[in-house]
Amino acid sequence: MSLMDTKPLLGRVEEVGGLVDLNAYEAGQGYEAARKALTSMSPEEIVSLVKDSNLRGRGGAGFPTGLKWSFVPQGDAAGEGAKYLVCNADEMEPGTFKDRFLLENNPHVLIEGMIIGAYAIQAEKAYIFLRGEYHQPYQRLVEALADATARGFLGGGIFGTDFNLDLRIHSSAGRYICGEETALLNALEGKRAQPRTKPPFPPASGAWGRPTIVNNVETFCNVPGIVRNGVEWYQGLGLTEDAGTKIYGISGRVNRPGLWELPIGTPIRELVERHAGGMREGFELKGILPGGASTDFLVEEHFDLAMDYGTIQAAGSRMGTGTMILMDNSVCPVDMSRNLQHFFAQESCGFCTPCREGLPWVEALLLDIEEGRGQEGDLEVLDRNAQFIGAPGNTFCLHATGAIEPLQSALKYFREDFEEHIRTGKCPYHRRHL
Amino acid sequence: MATINVDGQQYEVKEGQNLLHAVLSQQLNLPYFCWHPAMGSVGACRQCAIIQYADEDDERGRLGMACMTDVVDGMRISIAAPQAADFRESVIEWLMENHPHDCPVCEEGGECHLQDMTVMTGHSVRKYRGTKRTWENQNLGPFIGHEMNRCITCFRCVRYYRDYAGGTDLSAFGSRSRMYFGRSEDGPLESEFSGNLVEVCPTGVFTDKPFATHYTRKWDLQSAPSVCPGCAVGCNVFPSERYGVLKRVQNRYHGEVNGYFLCDRGRFGSHFINSDQRIRHAGIRAEDGVFEASGASNAIAEAVKLVTMDAVGIGSPRASFEANFALKKLVGEERFCTGLGDNEAMLIELALSIQREGGARTPSLTDVEAADAILILGEDVLNTAPRIALAVRQAVRAEAFTMAQEAGIPGWQDAGVRGHAQQALSPLFIASVATTRIDDVASATWGGAPQDIARVGAAIAHGIDPTYAAADVELSAAGIDFMHQVIAALGSAKRPLIVSGTGTGDPDVLRAAANVAWALKAKGSDPALLLSPLEANSYGVALLGGGLSMSDALDAMTGGSAAIVMENDLYRRGDAQRVSAACSESKMLVLDILENETAEHATVLLPASTYAECTGTYVNYETRAQRFYQVFEPDDEIRPAWRWISDIADALDSSGAGWANINVLIEECAKATHAALATISPPSDYRVEGGTRIPRQPHRYSGRTAMRAQISVHEPKATVDDETPFNYSMEGQNLGTQDGAAVPFVWSPGWNSNQSVFKFQQEVGGALLGGDPGALLVAPAPDSGDASRATKFQEVPDAFVATEAFLVVPVHAIFGSDELSNASWPIVERMPAPFALLNVADAKRLGVQAGAGISGPGLGASFEVLIDDRIPAGMVGVVHGLPGIRAIAAGRIDLSVDPDFIRRPGGHPDVIARG
Amino acid sequence: MSETELVHVLSGEEIAEIEAEIAHLPDRESAAIDALMIVQKHRGWVSDTSLHAIARLLGMSSDALDSIATFYNLIFRQPVGRHVAMVCDSVSCYVMGADGLGKAIQEYLGIAFGGTTDDDRFTLLPIVCLGACDKAPTMMIDDELIENVTAERLGEIFGRFE
Repeated sequence: MSLMDTKPLLGRVEEVGGLVDLNAYEAGQGYEAARKALTSMSPEEIVSLVKDSNLRGRGGAGFPTGLKWSFVPQGDAAGEGAKYLVCNADEMEPGTFKDRFLLENNPHVLIEGMIIGAYAIQAEKAYIFLRGEYHQPYQRLVEALADATARGFLGGGIFGTDFNLDLRIHSSAGRYICGEETALLNALEGKRAQPRTKPPFPPASGAWGRPTIVNNVETFCNVPGIVRNGVEWYQGLGLTEDAGTKIYGISGRVNRPGLWELPIGTPIRELVERHAGGMREGFELKGILPGGASTDFLVEEHFDLAMDYGTIQAAGSRMGTGTMILMDNSVCPVDMSRNLQHFFAQESCGFCTPCREGLPWVEALLLDIEEGRGQEGDLEVLDRNAQFIGAPGNTFCLHATGAIEPLQSALKYFREDFEEHIRTGKCPYHRRHL
Repeated sequence: MATINVDGQQYEVKEGQNLLHAVLSQQLNLPYFCWHPAMGSVGACRQCAIIQYADEDDERGRLGMACMTDVVDGMRISIAAPQAADFRESVIEWLMENHPHDCPVCEEGGECHLQDMTVMTGHSVRKYRGTKRTWENQNLGPFIGHEMNRCITCFRCVRYYRDYAGGTDLSAFGSRSRMYFGRSEDGPLESEFSGNLVEVCPTGVFTDKPFATHYTRKWDLQSAPSVCPGCAVGCNVFPSERYGVLKRVQNRYHGEVNGYFLCDRGRFGSHFINSDQRIRHAGIRAEDGVFEASGASNAIAEAVKLVTMDAVGIGSPRASFEANFALKKLVGEERFCTGLGDNEAMLIELALSIQREGGARTPSLTDVEAADAILILGEDVLNTAPRIALAVRQAVRAEAFTMAQEAGIPGWQDAGVRGHAQQALSPLFIASVATTRIDDVASATWGGAPQDIARVGAAIAHGIDPTYAAADVELSAAGIDFMHQVIAALGSAKRPLIVSGTGTGDPDVLRAAANVAWALKAKGSDPALLLSPLEANSYGVALLGGGLSMSDALDAMTGGSAAIVMENDLYRRGDAQRVSAACSESKMLVLDILENETAEHATVLLPASTYAECTGTYVNYETRAQRFYQVFEPDDEIRPAWRWISDIADALDSSGAGWANINVLIEECAKATHAALATISPPSDYRVEGGTRIPRQPHRYSGRTAMRAQISVHEPKATVDDETPFNYSMEGQNLGTQDGAAVPFVWSPGWNSNQSVFKFQQEVGGALLGGDPGALLVAPAPDSGDASRATKFQEVPDAFVATEAFLVVPVHAIFGSDELSNASWPIVERMPAPFALLNVADAKRLGVQAGAGISGPGLGASFEVLIDDRIPAGMVGVVHGLPGIRAIAAGRIDLSVDPDFIRRPGGHPDVIARG
Repeated sequence: MSETELVHVLSGEEIAEIEAEIAHLPDRESAAIDALMIVQKHRGWVSDTSLHAIARLLGMSSDALDSIATFYNLIFRQPVGRHVAMVCDSVSCYVMGADGLGKAIQEYLGIAFGGTTDDDRFTLLPIVCLGACDKAPTMMIDDELIENVTAERLGEIFGRFE
């Protein structure tokens, strides 16, 4: 049994000890899945396979990937014109660094996953929508695409079939909102990255008004393994009811921050203690943002929970990107909330009122409280804003909903901290600097 | 129909709408900002929150935006639920974080949708402690004021300006809580429809700049239902007055004509009413040639003398139907001339005969918007009848709506439709003399001389139905390609539309347009044919008719007949030398609004009312007769032209040949001409529910006692209006329950802004509660459904051949070609210098570049050369109707360079050179 | 300037690169962001003149293009220094002391965020999460990602960029 069987995404990176180039990738069963898919499976079979595998989107929302693909009209129903497959490599969720690692170290597993995905939905145009700041991943992708093209895995008549795929990189010009899939499509079309109305959903009407699938980098990277080893193998990888592996990451004051490909459902405490080496000396773990900045805080009572979609959701948060940010006891929850809300207010696209006007108010209030200018009633204003900004459907997209998740949970779990700031007119933490 | 339950009450609403549209149509109050009835929903402001319940047992419900929710039969919602009401209040609270508290000095104050919504949601206590963001404003030209600090980021301005009106120079900049709506740099807004921003903006970011220079609160304005005099479309307007000054013009909703929007000529073109050029006193020319204010009775006495000198009467396409009728009656049919120039009169007769012939529908603007393929033949509608161009811009979106429908996206979901359909446009073909400002949405364009446009039209008709002559028409390769595209597109359309008009001056263009429409009819589709004349009452005066052509009338004058010239500058109608001869040989009674070259020759001069100072009727391009009402009483000796004529008639014949008031005149007019004239608006004894009259002034009208105190401390008695159902006061009721023609302004409790218009509509975007006003005077012939029609125009003109001499063709400017609006100061600021369009090769041949001056025999002045990409070689497009520019005869002339030409200082940048 | 002259504010190389992007897209306007980024790559920032030229090249209005340009934080509509230093201020780096680091960098360069040093060497900007959170705090100078930044290392780090 090779590492590839337990770590289909990063096992080969571990074996090679760094960048898996095309030769190294092929030596580890690389592109076998794509070849198998294109030469021996129908698009419908692949969609069913992915559906059956129970692969869920790794970008944060956890939507079942196969189901998404199945919404793409096939044949005549698709009408005239291109279909598009887009990889969301706009990794910008604070605290998230898994896609960069994948892109820098194992670009071919993404390309292979995209070839299979494109074939499954019969899209002959594909884009990797890449963060503008990701220069190293860009270089690695450019090389990998050139290598794959030279080997005939991209371009015309792949694997001797009549399937063609034009896969290109779109370098983005910034803004977190581009990670929202419809905003991403607007950016891809060269427009302002405002999210779009849904419906229509991208599988029906996406890039340039045509059927489009957008998936996260890690999601695509899961696909080759599923095609190669089958549904049973894939489901067997997970520890709980979710399937496959997950790239978990930890940042904060632990001994060994980093990321690891592990069975999905690995418990939080195991991640922190075993993989990240526990908290640094002198620091205690106080709270966790389990899946990036836009997820609710989890606290001590949750640390034995399994990191999977259902369990974390039941605990009132989201697994999100699976990369956790640890808040230790030296960090002021009020100030950390301010930092988070600064991010979200700054990154609001400005289209809808609650997000555009509500988040800056929240940020300003948190700054007031942090700097000792809090007033009685401020927490009620925060609560009211959190309630009205955060409820899904109150805003145009889920940006503000995500923004409010860490705030509402901070107000719940660390309320005494907030109250103390207002009561004493100062911050008890004294460490807003190195 | 669907039944929906709103707060326990059942309502029958139309399916296929969004909930906001539906509940507003039920006259319910639900706050909103970003949604607009003509622009659909985007879900940006989040103001129209409601609670939607899953079923009968659902007690919590789910908050959603009404504008983004489909109406579903049986659905249950709540507007009043506390969660929804609280959220709506929060939205206002957010918007108010940065909105300045400058309502006292804001032009929008008192008619601000944001104010209304703030009050409606109950937000009153400010909790936000931060400082407000501030912006620098831009100079957006003479029409629109800009105050960005007031912006609430609803996106309506850019959605209107870019998406709806096709403008390119207004955008949203930046992001997050620092979004800026303006131009990339200072400069006049280029769109010819920029003024609608004033009404589209829910607060005071984009304001009416001329209005701001002599500002009055809405509640202090006196208004009446009226019709724009700016062109033949006949957009319904509310002119508003205070202190005897025309303050502003706003859109008056009409479900079939202008809907929610006006063009900038209409909105900003009425300040001629306050012009220094107004004729204000009756005058008689003294021996030394100087006019002396004579007093009305002396002038009338003098006028009577002229009338008895075998006078001819020259009416006007810019005067009301009634005034023309009165003059015609005074001088008699045989001595009456409609006031149209010979060629224009011939063109209009032709256009009317085509409309009478029937076969193709005459489309309202709503019909234009519903067309699924359009051919514009010759007419530059953006400059001659601008509002049509805005309707054409909507029509080309039919394809997008079809695509959206197929994808299950409701048509009201604006962003969804646009995102899905991308740049998809329905077919629009433009054959024109020069480039037009709607070329950007055309599938194909083609340039040619008017006669070649007629030829291409003939070939298209022939291609659709070979029984139409044109088999031998030879076209250029480009022309053939264009022709084939048009034939294919029109042939497969269900509701094709052909647009043409009198603008090129060539009757064959009109004939070709008719042929195309008739050929389509014979093929079984339902074509519409729009033939637009140039002026507000062109069709009205032509329908009235007269025994003299302009040439006849000028000849009679030259032969010594006296003349009564009513609201007409003859120098704009006929050859300058002939007009000069006529004016100098004839003793003239001139009744007019503004001083002009003809008036300078008058023997007797009488000051006539503008459209805002009298009541009357214009007949638009559809032959829709529309009544406009007197808004205010003019100062000095200004009176309606018909009233002067009535007094002259009375003086001539003591048995009462005149008319006691406009009602009497309208009745006689209706009996003698078109019965509908008596029924298009309610008579003077019309009363609304409760037996009250209708006020011209809002009930908060202030200062009635004080506003004339510097003249007399005694409050004058409000003038009794025995002519109309309106009061010159705030007494009465204006609730929208009355006849649609009798709404003097829109206001409703809680709705002080123009958004209150929905309270006056049967349903949002539908007809007014009392019905949309007006009636068509020309009904299609009864056999109009018969495909085997007798009439076909079978003569095809010869091809244009370029020669040394240039063929002069008239071109038009939205700002400048209309006689009255070109004396309105904001329009003057946007008016181009007199220009002439030349092909680049011809310019080279003449050795001139853009900006140089050229002149030629008959042009009367030097014109600035503009290079046009479309105008064919051998032609010069000469702008029509600018101040100081006399009528220019068609024909070929030699052009010469004017070495002394100086480009008019302060002329406009090239981007807006043509208005 | 005429239309053609305007477009030729751009270099042949820039135009060629932009046209190459357009070739892969359904319409010219779709290349708006690519075109802005290409010109910025060559010139450091996008001036009004460049903006007008790009707009003409793409067949769109300058207003529409500027609307797009001003949305994106990586498109600079004002001149920047020879090197652009971007310091992550997002949550992982915050936890690891980014606020203090930010102050130290401002002091070190003698400019505030948004500023450019007098010698035009550095423009300093905040940036959102750079995706290297396990090596926080992080920053980026031009194309180079710099990890585990400390106040002590600033001389060494900035010294490498002339």
